[in-house]
Amino acid sequence: MSKNSKLITGPINLNNPITVQVLGICSALAVTVKVEPAVVMSISVTFVLAFANVLISLMRNTIPSRIRIIVQLVIIAFLVIVVDQVLKAFAYDVSKQLSVFVGLIITNCILMGRLEAFALGNKPFDSFLDGIGNGAGYAIILIIVAVFREFFGSGSIWNFKIIPQSFYDAGFMDNGFVILPPMALIVVGIIIWIQRARTKELIEEN
Amino acid sequence: MNTNSNLYTFLYASILVIIVAAILAFTAVTLQPLQKKNIRVEKMQNILKSVGIDATVENAEELYSKNIKQDMIVNTSGEKTEGKGFDVNMKKEGKTALKIKAINIKLLKANKAEKKVLNTELTDLKSKLKLPVYVCEKEGKTFYIFPQRGKGLWGPIWGYISLEEDFNTINGAVFDHKGETPGLGAEIAQSWFSDPFKGKTIFEGDEFVSITAHKGGKDAAKLAGDLKHGVDAISGGTITSKGLEAMIKEDWFFNYGSYIKKNKK
Repeated sequence: MSKNSKLITGPINLNNPITVQVLGICSALAVTVKVEPAVVMSISVTFVLAFANVLISLMRNTIPSRIRIIVQLVIIAFLVIVVDQVLKAFAYDVSKQLSVFVGLIITNCILMGRLEAFALGNKPFDSFLDGIGNGAGYAIILIIVAVFREFFGSGSIWNFKIIPQSFYDAGFMDNGFVILPPMALIVVGIIIWIQRARTKELIEEN
Repeated sequence: MNTNSNLYTFLYASILVIIVAAILAFTAVTLQPLQKKNIRVEKMQNILKSVGIDATVENAEELYSKNIKQDMIVNTSGEKTEGKGFDVNMKKEGKTALKIKAINIKLLKANKAEKKVLNTELTDLKSKLKLPVYVCEKEGKTFYIFPQRGKGLWGPIWGYISLEEDFNTINGAVFDHKGETPGLGAEIAQSWFSDPFKGKTIFEGDEFVSITAHKGGKDAAKLAGDLKHGVDAISGGTITSKGLEAMIKEDWFFNYGSYIKKNKK
């Protein structure tokens, strides 16, 4: 496998930001009640992550190491505000969908984690691929959790009713517990369990 | 070059911040007209939606000028005052309304001397409050649209409730919010939540009873036996549901009381 494709596929499984690096859990709990916001959130995070990675990578040799975290934060906040403003002007509906979560991208630990661990020491194009890869890894987990929670919590997927009315008439009820944040944590936990059990590289000795 | 010297660090930080600030200011200023237009069009769409007219972004302005015949401001005594309702700053009025509510609560526990002070304050605030009303004529019928403003869990919530000519039956309602939790509180903006408002009444005899949001999942209002004034609340969005209920009952809509009673049939 070439180095570049490894940068993309690595974070999807072996080095997944949520299940292996355990970053970005906070937003994984918050936006996964429905599939739609989860997808839009994933796209926004991927976009910001890729470009923040590129910018930091371009600046990596000039950044004074004592203030590098603040510089990273400024770049992330800058990109997030630009995304927010552009969405408000050209995609007003999407911007309303995401509401506070666009701003919350700033606090997503995946961003700082990748900038610190990768972009500071690698070339711009590699950093770009790393950003896309980690965004994709984040997106996959978010969407799996969101599908599960929306299906069991609201009986629908992407706002379309999946569970027919006749089920409800027969006494079936949506599971309110699935809508609450702890269930997202449990689902993420189960995904980690399955992934670790099936992937040899992730099984720890002792 | 030594990238760790103090001078370099200071210069680096200053220049970075200035560049970023300049780009952001430029973006914000260039995009502002577009954003303002979006907000204006959305307001028109929401007003129209509360009387059952679905307007797209393109035809909202046209449909608005065709259907909304009157756009006025009333005061808390129910008299029409100067100005256009569309231009009223709802954020500011919402704050005044919340102050009025706070004083009303204080009045319950106040002694005689305090009451006098509070009452002057209350009269002053009430005289300042601007309440917009839109009058819509559609297919030979007249509807009265009342904007709403209240508090959700994370920030403001607002909406439009349209009443039929009897000033009692709700013809339609739309709600929106700044930043309620997607999938939970944010559901107030969905039609499954606002549709059941249609046909509910806000008066029981001459008493303003408002609308109650009932907890307990699907058909909670039905189970509570409150079909005339009750709707289903949102599971997992309790504080938003309660905020919306309060918005109609005591934060905002009740200020229209005199105006509605004057016209009620």
